[in-house]
Amino acid sequence: MKILVGLKRVVDYTVRVQVKPDGSGVAIDGVKMSVNPFDEIALEEALRLREAGKATEVIVVSIGPALAMQQLDTGLAMGANRGILVKSDAPVQPLTAARVLQKLVEKEQPGLVILGKQAIDDDANQTGQMLAALLDRPQATFASKIEVNSNTARVTREVDVGLETIEVDLPAVITVDLRLNTPRFIKLPDIVKAKSKPRETLELAALGIDSGDHLQSTHFAPPPKRQKGVMVKDVPELVAALKTKGLL
Amino acid sequence: MSNILIIAEHLNGQLNQSTAKCVSCASKIVGAQIDVLVLADDPAPIAAQVAAIAGVAKVKTIAHAANAQAMAAIYTPQILAVAAGYTHVFGPSTTFGKDLMPRIAAKLGVSQVSDVMAVDDAYTFRRPIYAGNAIVTVKAPSDQIVVATVRTASFPAAGGGGRAAVEALAVHTELPTHTRFVGLQQGGGDRPDLQTARIVVSGGRALGSADNFKLIYDTADKLKAGVGASRAAVDAGYAPNDMQVGQTGKIIAPELYVAVGISGAIQHLTGIKDAGTIVAINKDGEAPIFEVADIGLVADLFKALPELMAAV
Repeated sequence: MKILVGLKRVVDYTVRVQVKPDGSGVAIDGVKMSVNPFDEIALEEALRLREAGKATEVIVVSIGPALAMQQLDTGLAMGANRGILVKSDAPVQPLTAARVLQKLVEKEQPGLVILGKQAIDDDANQTGQMLAALLDRPQATFASKIEVNSNTARVTREVDVGLETIEVDLPAVITVDLRLNTPRFIKLPDIVKAKSKPRETLELAALGIDSGDHLQSTHFAPPPKRQKGVMVKDVPELVAALKTKGLL
Repeated sequence: MSNILIIAEHLNGQLNQSTAKCVSCASKIVGAQIDVLVLADDPAPIAAQVAAIAGVAKVKTIAHAANAQAMAAIYTPQILAVAAGYTHVFGPSTTFGKDLMPRIAAKLGVSQVSDVMAVDDAYTFRRPIYAGNAIVTVKAPSDQIVVATVRTASFPAAGGGGRAAVEALAVHTELPTHTRFVGLQQGGGDRPDLQTARIVVSGGRALGSADNFKLIYDTADKLKAGVGASRAAVDAGYAPNDMQVGQTGKIIAPELYVAVGISGAIQHLTGIKDAGTIVAINKDGEAPIFEVADIGLVADLFKALPELMAAV
């Protein structure tokens, strides 16, 4: 069984992005870029499934600019077998990303597609669900535990009220949550070894899909600031302040 | 005119408050007619709760054994059959809606607007990106159906007193069997639900152990509050996953939020910025949580919490 994993190139999670003063976007020129952290967890899970003999090949895919090859390099150094870059200079919205992945799934026929539950830039949380819909296949979102059997997967999902377990027939699409695993560290020899792994570049425009980039971002603003409050010196003062506000 | 369909969220016969919050969001669209669709094995008791929400024009129900649990792949074909004729389909930005709504959007061939926090007009919305570090205004095409999830912390629950008509619909499509419910392990117990509680007490890494976290539960019980935790406390194993408050956990808007031993990482602050009053108790006077707290107390939590419990 093949597993397809998506790796999105995003602003590193340690960077606190700023909105441009003219409201035309966020300032991300020259900031550190990384693999979306949820996608790293997706890849780690795919690698563990391969190491457990449940999968034979792990393919990493990125949709983005030529520089997104760096994120595929990271994925290959972590242990993926090969990489596919779908080149697009403009950022794509989730429906377009799902349509691209659908094309690749039709070609590669993976038993599982594992994606991060959301990207930490647009925070959309859509692509996996959209891909499953386009393929008419099951989806198991927000996974915190995955057990793969011959034709099915049992997935524990982090939902608001607790943990839900579902069983899905394969092929299926799974999106992963934070607590599924801790991704491995890359060692120097892995980077060297990854250099010879196959990398393929496709042009998004050549895939013949309809763009799903329907939403127009017209303005960006910093979040509203909360007023700085007051300091109290002890618990009695705190209780008095809460009583004044009618909260206790 | 806008015709809006809201997908109801419910569990064990109880309507989730997220549905009334979606109604409140939808009512920001001028002149909208708002209908709510209830899918369940036995929708009648839920439909009665929905019918009482002010602003709902009609409640539509689909009864089917396969709807005993909310499964996106099973709900979707039924919703698609109803969605024709609507200009908007809304669901809550809870794990229920986040799972379901993109599947509907993709089937309709449209983009989804995630986490609507404000409505400018029928096709223009504001939503947070970069963990809440920026707010983007997005325009959806007016010649397409709009599929959106509603950030529940940004809207009050619509009031009661409504008397909407209930209409039962039948399922005419075949439902998939490739996705099967196995079980649900609920956390929480008797405490108020984190997302609807009036008061929430949250503990952070400074608690130091799962045993010490009991102090948070005790304080919460004394205040009749829900219990939350920072990601650091959850990762350290002091509290279960479903208590995590923040961008990657739950986004909440209680009247009073008490952050105890929480430093205030940006991803945590994103989860609480719609709270009415934020109280921070932390030993470190330089902790970023004090930047957003309405009332701050620099104190050792192991002394302050027992004092607080004794005083209320």
